[in-house]
Amino acid sequence: MPGEIKVLLKFPARFLTRPLSVLVISLAAFAAVQARAQESEPVRIGFMDPLSGPFASIGTSGLLQIQFAADYLFNSRGGILDGRMIEIVPLDNQQSPTESQIQFRRAVSEGLRYIFQGNSSAVANALNTAVLRHNRRNPGQEILQINYSAVDPILTEENCSFWHFRFDAHAVMKLNVLTDFIALNEEIKRVYVIGQDYSFGHVVAETSERMLNEKRPDIEIVGNEFHPIGQVKDFTPYVTKIVASGADAVITGNFGADMVSLARSIIDSGLDIPIYTFYAAYDGITATLGADGKNRIRLVHNDSGNPIPTEERKQFYRDFKAAHPDRDVTQPRLMNALSMLVQAMEETGGADPHEVALALEDMRFTNLSGEEIWMRGSDHQIIQALHISVMTDENIEFDADNSGFGLYTEHFVPAEQTVMETSCEMRRPRR
Amino acid sequence: MPEVLVFATLNGLVTGLLLFMLASGLTVIFSMMGVLNFAHASFYMLGAYFAYSVSLYFGYWTGLIVAPLIVGVIGALVERYGLRRVHQHGHVAELVFTFGLAFLIEEAVQFFWGADTKNYQTPDLLDFPLFTLFGQEFSAYRGFMLAISIGIFIGLYQVLTRSRVGLIIQAAISHPHMVANLGHNVPLIFTAVFGVGTALAGLAGVIAGPVLTTFPGMALVLGSIVFVIVVIGGLGSLPGAFLASLLIGLLQSYAIATNVGMQDLLALFGLEFPRSHPLDDLWTLNLSQIAPILPFLLLVLVLIFRPTGLMGKREQ
Repeated sequence: MPGEIKVLLKFPARFLTRPLSVLVISLAAFAAVQARAQESEPVRIGFMDPLSGPFASIGTSGLLQIQFAADYLFNSRGGILDGRMIEIVPLDNQQSPTESQIQFRRAVSEGLRYIFQGNSSAVANALNTAVLRHNRRNPGQEILQINYSAVDPILTEENCSFWHFRFDAHAVMKLNVLTDFIALNEEIKRVYVIGQDYSFGHVVAETSERMLNEKRPDIEIVGNEFHPIGQVKDFTPYVTKIVASGADAVITGNFGADMVSLARSIIDSGLDIPIYTFYAAYDGITATLGADGKNRIRLVHNDSGNPIPTEERKQFYRDFKAAHPDRDVTQPRLMNALSMLVQAMEETGGADPHEVALALEDMRFTNLSGEEIWMRGSDHQIIQALHISVMTDENIEFDADNSGFGLYTEHFVPAEQTVMETSCEMRRPRR
Repeated sequence: MPEVLVFATLNGLVTGLLLFMLASGLTVIFSMMGVLNFAHASFYMLGAYFAYSVSLYFGYWTGLIVAPLIVGVIGALVERYGLRRVHQHGHVAELVFTFGLAFLIEEAVQFFWGADTKNYQTPDLLDFPLFTLFGQEFSAYRGFMLAISIGIFIGLYQVLTRSRVGLIIQAAISHPHMVANLGHNVPLIFTAVFGVGTALAGLAGVIAGPVLTTFPGMALVLGSIVFVIVVIGGLGSLPGAFLASLLIGLLQSYAIATNVGMQDLLALFGLEFPRSHPLDDLWTLNLSQIAPILPFLLLVLVLIFRPTGLMGKREQ
């Protein structure tokens, strides 16, 4: 534009008035068209998770679910913000913090303002730092990190950030519930903890040990093992150690192939003890473990797998299954996160991340299960009921991997009892 | 402790022999063609996936026979129509070709079978504990894996050293032009060897799939370790590959079984560090924690002190 004005100024003054008015009018018209275009432009949301490599199964399954949820809940009903559609942009980070940095740069250059990310706390921490730095340096261009699954407590404790929201209970909250449950079982005297050698695995190990010591001093921790993430071919040598330790229960935070291999090795060795886990279901895991895992594998998670309390959520599951017969709704928290984000956008009447973040704080939202969940404002941690489910084929209406087996809630802890204090001292950006 | 030792040895043998099935093909292909086949572990993965698909319709045993054959044929086709053309452009081109092929196969597997773990199970016939020792079961399937791998080693060794075909292959490795002048079809031998090598990898995949889980990352997990074995054993040496496979299988298994770590090492010198020490992670490191990276440590040591590998002859 400055170039054009310069050209115009070269003309004698008497020619100036007309072209200038034409220019002003056309500029105004152009601006109006622009505004229109922006109104109907889709709201683009990045989904950064492993879509290739060893952990691709979790990432691709999550992507399908969020795309389905966006279409089902919003786009098919006329979109959000008076007719704008939601567009999910896949960002494949192969679950590596380095690759995530590259994908983050890509998200920035594509103008994405919201990034969903869930798998691996190592990635979530890297992203948290990257987002914070970006937002500090680019006021007005802020990006919001929607963490739907990375459960390292540090993200809502020491490293808590105004630009990060977590829609899953963090590891210590889950372990608090899980150790309460284990403490109820008088038969358990010796517990073996095994996990992947990274931040989340270490949190699981330390917290289990500390909490079990408090709740049941008679329980002995007979093993505390770390193995490299995604590197172990065969878990049998580890299981040999578990057997030798005389453990009568195992706790693990493993996910993906590491979880399947571990459970299989335990089962193959004939060791008949309960395995307490975070992620041992769906995406082929349930089918692979099959009948051997029945009544042996337990998970701590939010949003019951069976029974499903509301017809609304049942219908969502059925329709998802009709669209993707080989898949399951594995992470209902993705729908919670997306729905709350949309509600915050509707409340603020726009998609500005800073405004939306403020609206998300202390939002109470009734999800598809009819449960009211609360985004705590002080640390951006979701507060929601937790379930401990057992893998079984009895009373299963919605199974996993079409195997007939699924998760059935054995133990329910209401939201208010899952609350834990936070040490977060959040630095809020000024506007 | 004796039970840990016994089982650690058994586990080490199972892993070691499985690794050998992959390494044997890789090392023979290398000694013939002088090219490291980066896609070798991908053929292992293909074996598991083909066997899984076949087993859905015809049962496990059909898969055990058919899948390695399919993989072998694919391998032979890759050599005939891919590698041979690339060969004219030198070793670097061949290396890059197999490197790309590995990615291609991984993506193809995800495309056709999806990214999920596949429900590939051991056959019912072998679904019982072979024996129970100190309260831990050793499954019949693992025994079957041991038997197959040992059988392959003996068979391969016999063919290469005793049979006429083996003699021609050995000759073709060192003097391809002389063998061609004697009227043998050397390119055909190369194709056949490549096919058999990849079929062996496929067979390893078939028998490993049910216990080590069948998923798109399985090639990646095993791939790097196979190269380590071939280098440690000595490039192109079959007995070397055998020795290195067992060495690495047992090394990893024993390392995991132990409970010693830095703390014990430091205790020997009467040293102790508080938990708050900035290098706490280092002082509390356990041998079992780093077990899966020990082979790579060994690789570095071997390359420094004995670049030819344990039984390698090439180093001119």
